Amino acid sequence: MKFGVVVFPGSNCDSDCYHVIKDVINEHVEYIWHDYNEKLDFDCIILPGGFSYGDYLRAGAIARFSKVMPRIEEFAQNGGLVIGICNGFQILTESHLLPGALIRNKNLKFICSDQYVKVVNNKTPFTNLYKKNEVINLPIAHGEGNYVVDEATLQEMIKNEQIVLQYCDKNGNINEDTNPNGSILNIAGICNKEKNVFGLMPHPERSSEKLLGCEDGKRIFLSIINYLKSR
Amino acid sequence: MLKAEIFVYLKKSISDPPGIAVLNSLKSLGFENVEKVRMGKYIVVYLNENDIEKAKEQVTLMCEKLLCNPVMEEYKFNISEE
Repeated sequence: MKFGVVVFPGSNCDSDCYHVIKDVINEHVEYIWHDYNEKLDFDCIILPGGFSYGDYLRAGAIARFSKVMPRIEEFAQNGGLVIGICNGFQILTESHLLPGALIRNKNLKFICSDQYVKVVNNKTPFTNLYKKNEVINLPIAHGEGNYVVDEATLQEMIKNEQIVLQYCDKNGNINEDTNPNGSILNIAGICNKEKNVFGLMPHPERSSEKLLGCEDGKRIFLSIINYLKSR
Repeated sequence: MLKAEIFVYLKKSISDPPGIAVLNSLKSLGFENVEKVRMGKYIVVYLNENDIEKAKEQVTLMCEKLLCNPVMEEYKFNISEE
């Protein structure tokens, strides 16, 4: 398996992702520079968290126009797996590879905490090793994670089972009290209709080792490998 | 040289957390008749261009491509000679 981690100016979770793929799940991984402009020969591309281009203007808005992005769009349109974590998720919505947008958290605070998340769709290349409705614990760290989308698109997304992760409490309750940032329907992660592009605000790469206190995020990366091997 | 003053603001249907924070702050300062606050961005672009119609077309493209996210934002602009 060959993973690629895109490095934008301002990415700060790129080496965490690289480390997890290389040292924790022992697969091949390479960094991809933001101005790389050749066909992407990878099995899975990771857009890591951070503050690409300082998030000036809007989170992800400038990164979306990096030279590598048309290559990633081409890769995704050909069925390649793309996962965007936090700022990577914001870049994926800005580039319309995923629907909706991410605005300022409802309480205006930058939130950095552990958060329970429910895996509401386990039939994706990214979540197939979780049980349906399993409650997992993932760290969140963002100021603009408040997911918004128009009603018609939301209904489409529900129909196509594009909602993958929702914020909840440890018993799996999904309501306003268990919503850290104000996201519509407590959405923490979504995929595209074809299920090969996935964006999420929580950081699975920060919860992939016992040493860091929790391994719940590791199965996202293992699910990707499981999917690729069974394809 | 033309100067384009561009205003980018959240759509009415999108909740505006910074606007709500400022609203509450104004109320606590005693401005109790303030009903609503919406926050946005003010961007000035100087163009090496004399044709106002051409500039309008370009600024519209800039807004639709980069300056505004049509999923959550709207924009308007004024163009004047600098």
